[in-house]
Amino acid sequence: MDDYKITTDALDDVGHLISERALKGETVLLNMGPQHPSTHGVLRLLLELDGEVVVNCIPDIGFLHTGIEKNMETKTYEKAAVMTDRLDYLNTVGNNLVYCLAIEKLVGLDVPARAQALRVILVELQRIASHLVWLGTHGLDLAAMSMFLYCFREREMIMDIMEMVGGQRMMATCIRPGGMWRDVPAGFEEAVRQFIRIFPKRIKEYENLLTRNPLFLERTKNIGILSKEDALRWGVTGPMLRASGVAHDLRKVRPYSGYELYDFDIPTQSDGDTYARYLVRMEEMRQSLRIIQQALDKLPSGPVRSNNRKFVPPPRAEIGVSMEALIHHFKLWTEGFTPTKGAVYEAVESPRGELGVYLESDGTPKPFRVHWRTPSFLNLQVLPLLAKGHLVADLVALIGTIDIVLGDVDR
Amino acid sequence: MEEKLQKVVNRLVQQFEAESSGFQNEITVVIKPAQIEDVCRLLRDELGFDMLEDETAVDYWPAQSPRFHVIYQLYSFQHNTRICLRVPLDGNAPSMPSIESIYPNANWHEREIFDFFGIRFDGHSDLRRILMPHDWEGYPLRKDYPLGYEEVMFSFNYEEINSRKPYVKE
Repeated sequence: MDDYKITTDALDDVGHLISERALKGETVLLNMGPQHPSTHGVLRLLLELDGEVVVNCIPDIGFLHTGIEKNMETKTYEKAAVMTDRLDYLNTVGNNLVYCLAIEKLVGLDVPARAQALRVILVELQRIASHLVWLGTHGLDLAAMSMFLYCFREREMIMDIMEMVGGQRMMATCIRPGGMWRDVPAGFEEAVRQFIRIFPKRIKEYENLLTRNPLFLERTKNIGILSKEDALRWGVTGPMLRASGVAHDLRKVRPYSGYELYDFDIPTQSDGDTYARYLVRMEEMRQSLRIIQQALDKLPSGPVRSNNRKFVPPPRAEIGVSMEALIHHFKLWTEGFTPTKGAVYEAVESPRGELGVYLESDGTPKPFRVHWRTPSFLNLQVLPLLAKGHLVADLVALIGTIDIVLGDVDR
Repeated sequence: MEEKLQKVVNRLVQQFEAESSGFQNEITVVIKPAQIEDVCRLLRDELGFDMLEDETAVDYWPAQSPRFHVIYQLYSFQHNTRICLRVPLDGNAPSMPSIESIYPNANWHEREIFDFFGIRFDGHSDLRRILMPHDWEGYPLRKDYPLGYEEVMFSFNYEEINSRKPYVKE
């Protein structure tokens, strides 16, 4: 090992975090990522290994930083909504939703009941789609290759519904300030009902493959235990918090967009390990189906966008016959609307946890400051805590179980 | 405003001579930088605000006093309420105490604020850039930092482009 010499200046800015043992060559430093399939994107981890055991893990993020917060300051409120899809690309309508809720809170805009119900349906469908990507890739990481194929088959059904509503599979931006971009097309309800009919059987199939699979149990039970206290201290939210025994779900405790109308449970587990997080997410998919079913059954009729013409553009048909509508259309698409001065913080439950947006207005048509409190960013912060003492192979399971989306981490 | 939150706000106003304001059902309390640790400790240990939900900053350039606001969102599981703290900071290179010892997840939040606004947090365990490259110059979310127009730098033209970069070098 004489030629194994490491100098701190070769490690850029993390030299001070490297232990004496690593500098002496007793432990090995290993770079995992940023180009590594099991890091779910471009996450770089600097690992200090003693044999195969992780002694220390230093996450290095920012490879997918796109400067969306800065960019949004240069667009009008409505136009900036398009960028929100690009944050957490597995929860695109969820990002639209929290941004629009924040704007609606800022200006005091009411959303029609039909739009609220449609938002809930879309967001819950997206939650299932996001959990399917998690399940597929998590399975893939743990050598359950077939999971990936099954999960993406069902996810495709949801993507088709999204395409039907927004014209795009992923970045639909169909939720806009004051309601929806437009009403859902004919055939939407049938497509969603078809999905609800099929999907419970499919969840059973996944569970048959994994829940009592000895190999899967071996890889997930007692791996990466996050205690309730640690979860709270570190600001962990979402399924990770619920798997550690805290029944906290913003849909329940601070309902938004009409979630108080629906009957659903918050699944929790007390073990706090990777397996518990798996169980919580599987049950969440079932609860999402329940919500979608109820929202579809009581879907109100009526308009899908607010009638407040100072904030919401008029429908196309009105522009031809009403001078006022033409003026509003022109003003809203050139100048945009101007909220009063003030700042709001709005948060929703995304598939990964609490997705918050801080929005500050200085009374001009462009947001003065937009800050995204993203769940992946906060949840990833506990990775070194979870990883210490586990094998490198388990680290792969841990990255999967945190369910990070690097677009959400780096913004 | 909820009654419990009102009590919390009254306590902060009395004990720390803070100013409180409300906007769209959100309560904001403005405190001085030196008080942040005491306020957070009081909120966490006695008033039940156990989670730091969010920490960020805003730049009010060209104003200099205060130029920045650091904004905290604290959440209480017990009362299901949220409170917002704002800390005004003066000058171009401000610093304030870190709250990492009280809420450990402030670690990455404060690194992010340092990265984008150049606000230093005293007592932070590992204050370095988090999202931007470690050798980046300037603080991108400041209002005097231009958006775009960045020429791509390679090793052969690094010096040349760096010399005419638009941001103010300190």
